[in-house]
Amino acid sequence: MSRPLSRRSLFKLGGAAAGSLALAGCGIPGLAKIVTTAQAEQEAAAYWPKQKPTRRLNFANWADYIDPNHESLKLFTKATGIEVNYQEVIEDDNSYFAKIDPLIRAGQYSGADLMVITDGFEFNDLVELGEVIPLDHSLLPNFKKYVTPKFTQETFDKGNVYSVPWASGMTGIAWNTKYVKEPVTSIDVLWDPKYAGKIGMMADPQEIANFGLFKTGVDPDKSTLSDWNKAASALTKQRNSGLVRAYYDQSYINALSQGDTWISMAWSGDIFQQNLSTGNNDLQFAVPREGGTIWTDNMMIPKYAQNPVSAMMMMDWFYHPAIAAMLTENIQYINACSTTQGLIEQDAQLSHGANGQNRATLQALVSSPLVFPPASELGRLRNYVTPANPQTAQTFKNIFNAIVEG
Amino acid sequence: MTTLTTPAAQTAPEAPRKRVRRRKKLGERVLHWFTWALIIWLALPIAVVILFSFNNPHGRYNYTWTGFTLKWWGPALLQYPELTTAMEHSLEVAVIATLGATILGTLVGLALGKYRFRGQSASNLVQFACIAAPEVVLGSSLATFFLQLRVQEGMLTVIAAHIMFCLSFVAITVRSRVLTLDRSVEEAAKDLGAGPWETFRLVTLPMILPGVIAGALLAFALSIDDFITTEFTSGSFMTYPLWIWSVSRQGLPPQANVMGSIIFLVGALSAGGWALFQRRRA
Amino acid sequence: MGSLKSRLTPYYLMLPGGLWLVVFFAAPIIMMIGLSTMTGNIITGFTQTWHFQNYLEGFTQYTGEWWRSAEYAGLGCAIAIALSYPIAYWIAFYGGRHKSMYLGLILLPFFVSFVLRTIAWSYLLADQGLVLGPLKSLHLLPQSFRILATGPAVVGGIVYNYLPFMILPIYVALERVDPRVIEAGRDLYANSVSVFTKVVLPLSLPGVFAGVLLNFVPAASDYVNASVLGGPGNTMIGNVIYDQYFTTQNYPLQASLSFSLMAVLLIGIFCYARALGTEDVLAAAAA
Repeated sequence: MSRPLSRRSLFKLGGAAAGSLALAGCGIPGLAKIVTTAQAEQEAAAYWPKQKPTRRLNFANWADYIDPNHESLKLFTKATGIEVNYQEVIEDDNSYFAKIDPLIRAGQYSGADLMVITDGFEFNDLVELGEVIPLDHSLLPNFKKYVTPKFTQETFDKGNVYSVPWASGMTGIAWNTKYVKEPVTSIDVLWDPKYAGKIGMMADPQEIANFGLFKTGVDPDKSTLSDWNKAASALTKQRNSGLVRAYYDQSYINALSQGDTWISMAWSGDIFQQNLSTGNNDLQFAVPREGGTIWTDNMMIPKYAQNPVSAMMMMDWFYHPAIAAMLTENIQYINACSTTQGLIEQDAQLSHGANGQNRATLQALVSSPLVFPPASELGRLRNYVTPANPQTAQTFKNIFNAIVEG
Repeated sequence: MTTLTTPAAQTAPEAPRKRVRRRKKLGERVLHWFTWALIIWLALPIAVVILFSFNNPHGRYNYTWTGFTLKWWGPALLQYPELTTAMEHSLEVAVIATLGATILGTLVGLALGKYRFRGQSASNLVQFACIAAPEVVLGSSLATFFLQLRVQEGMLTVIAAHIMFCLSFVAITVRSRVLTLDRSVEEAAKDLGAGPWETFRLVTLPMILPGVIAGALLAFALSIDDFITTEFTSGSFMTYPLWIWSVSRQGLPPQANVMGSIIFLVGALSAGGWALFQRRRA
Repeated sequence: MGSLKSRLTPYYLMLPGGLWLVVFFAAPIIMMIGLSTMTGNIITGFTQTWHFQNYLEGFTQYTGEWWRSAEYAGLGCAIAIALSYPIAYWIAFYGGRHKSMYLGLILLPFFVSFVLRTIAWSYLLADQGLVLGPLKSLHLLPQSFRILATGPAVVGGIVYNYLPFMILPIYVALERVDPRVIEAGRDLYANSVSVFTKVVLPLSLPGVFAGVLLNFVPAASDYVNASVLGGPGNTMIGNVIYDQYFTTQNYPLQASLSFSLMAVLLIGIFCYARALGTEDVLAAAAA
């Protein structure tokens, strides 16, 4: 009789011990380390000599962010022999970061050798967590020669230690002219009850924060915690009045085309690509007079990349003047290559552009304030809010995530 | 719920016999039409999926009908390498998970059904909890489990997760089959000198085989279609449902419809074949 | 001779499967419970601080989602029962030789992936889609009318996706009803209504309960339907858990929400199991 009893009690004890161990258990270690530029350069100096060229490249990017036939990539393959696996897997920085962060933290390959990340929280987090590889500028001759100086002085990555710009763009408002007859000029249209249930907003907290601040008349660069709260309540009111159809990532363009939304927060070049693919000009884009957001998407190399040298070569490839022009003619986003405007102007003189665009499109492109913004336009645009330290950043995120999550 | 009861005005069973039968037929007919209406409703999205696999969309959004084409059913089907890979992955995972779950689950089902042992009701409850537990909880707990143990998520973690939840389904299916077994056959085998392994192989296994196969089919179906748990445990490993989810934001290409239709047809044909096979055996 | 061996046989049989479940089911859940009281963030890491406030936060911050999950799942179950019972009844009693054919036809659509089916509904019900588009161009509906991004759309999706799990258990239970019992009822001068309410219905209740179980639990924790068919005001607790894990990466909060969800559902299930006896529910679930 004592055997089953002691076996049982042993089992129970063992279970309790294991349970309490598990409960007190493995925490999840963090990896905060602030890397200075000097350290970064040291890291780069130690890392790059060991890397051998490879014949593959896994390139993660946003959708609709390259010439549709991938001619630019095919030319790259012809020139270098490197095969490119182009994956349009990024839908917003938030979700992509949440996808690769656990992988990199576990010391594993994230699936991409080159990725395109916007200058925002995720960019900072990636740098702070040491999850991106500092660049080897000796492999970027075209970049050095042709880059527009402003893009080497950006506050989020001064001196391009970790990134080079892919494209820069604006967040404004897009509308479907089939349902919205008056052109949009003011941000108030996003709060207009006439369009209840047909308004699309973005899910990224940094995007809606800026729009909330514009709505309440505050300059994002100078905003404070109380401004954020006021912006948040304007956004909450918008949501609770049933005005917002949904909070979108890149898929806002889908909803706008389908007619699910009639007015939406949008990114400047997407509308052009969308109109191109449908063949009509139903969608229009404008930056509201209260202000718009300007951001830069940057090419970065995640840690544990398996083809880093190929990644660097791809980075430089898009600073080849002809390729930069090809990209811009196709996606109509702001380009960081200084030769682009000149080349497109030349192209616009021909009846048919070098990259398949017709003359009218190219001439519209050259004079577009969205792609070549004049100083007056730039004056209206603001970057994302940059909180002073990680704690305020967390507060900021909590405030605006709460609106999206409901 | 009045449609399912035949109208109640039947106080005199004998007298208006004709009326009773016609009335009965009305209620029955209403139910019959209702059943068919529901079947059609259930099939509507499938019809859409199959229909739009023949659509010829301009651009990438496949939601308005713009022309008939068969091209997506041809070589163009393989235009998206990630889709083909995802499909292969789904099949591989399903096959391996089915094997694993069937073997482990059959053993558990046998134990639970045939024997009486201490901890049996606890085991029953655990199996039950595993089936009843919400997928979000299963998935998220596994995801954080792998995170805490610094295990990389990928094909192996997906297979492990699938075996985990399929196992209980197989176990319960086999168990209910085992419960109906006639013990005397096994005892007869033992009396005739068969060892335990022989008894199992030649007597028990064939008798529980329908249950095992049913469990295996169930496991396969669950695994190939699983979305929520897979999403949490897959890392960057792509399976077919995951691929659909990730691409749907940008517009599902017709190839996805074709793949879905193919799976549907294979499933339909197998089910039909199985039914025919059963009928012929019976 | 074989007595010790045969006494241990069930344990040997249970061992591989049981071990698998311990490692991949029990252990993660226990560790998740542990995680739910930790604090931290992804930059500085998470450590155990017995911070039970996570649970409070989980309930107070997301009360809307908790209620909506219960509401949508409950409505979904009720509608599913209303739809399934007549079907199951008809097939069981009037299906005749074609019973398996009908069941087959009902189950056939579910060979297509769950996600694809739900997305197909979002195409069908799109504002300018196959159903609403023509209606709107005929001016039978205002341009701003929509089905998607509303609560009813989510409930509709839930009913649709989990319907077989309601039809099958009820069908199995009804099929088991011995027709002689019904005949006996009629012989005793009960009219059809009484036969139904006093004989058939009570016998089919275990099936209904099993169906409710297999419907309510996944429906309450689902996030796909709410995500594809719903709008900002239709999020369920499953969406919150998903967001907290993938987007916000607030693992402790997500763990506390998951555990709360599971606890709430399991308590309900065990109450059911008590009321019916585990056998019946297991048997119905196996069908």
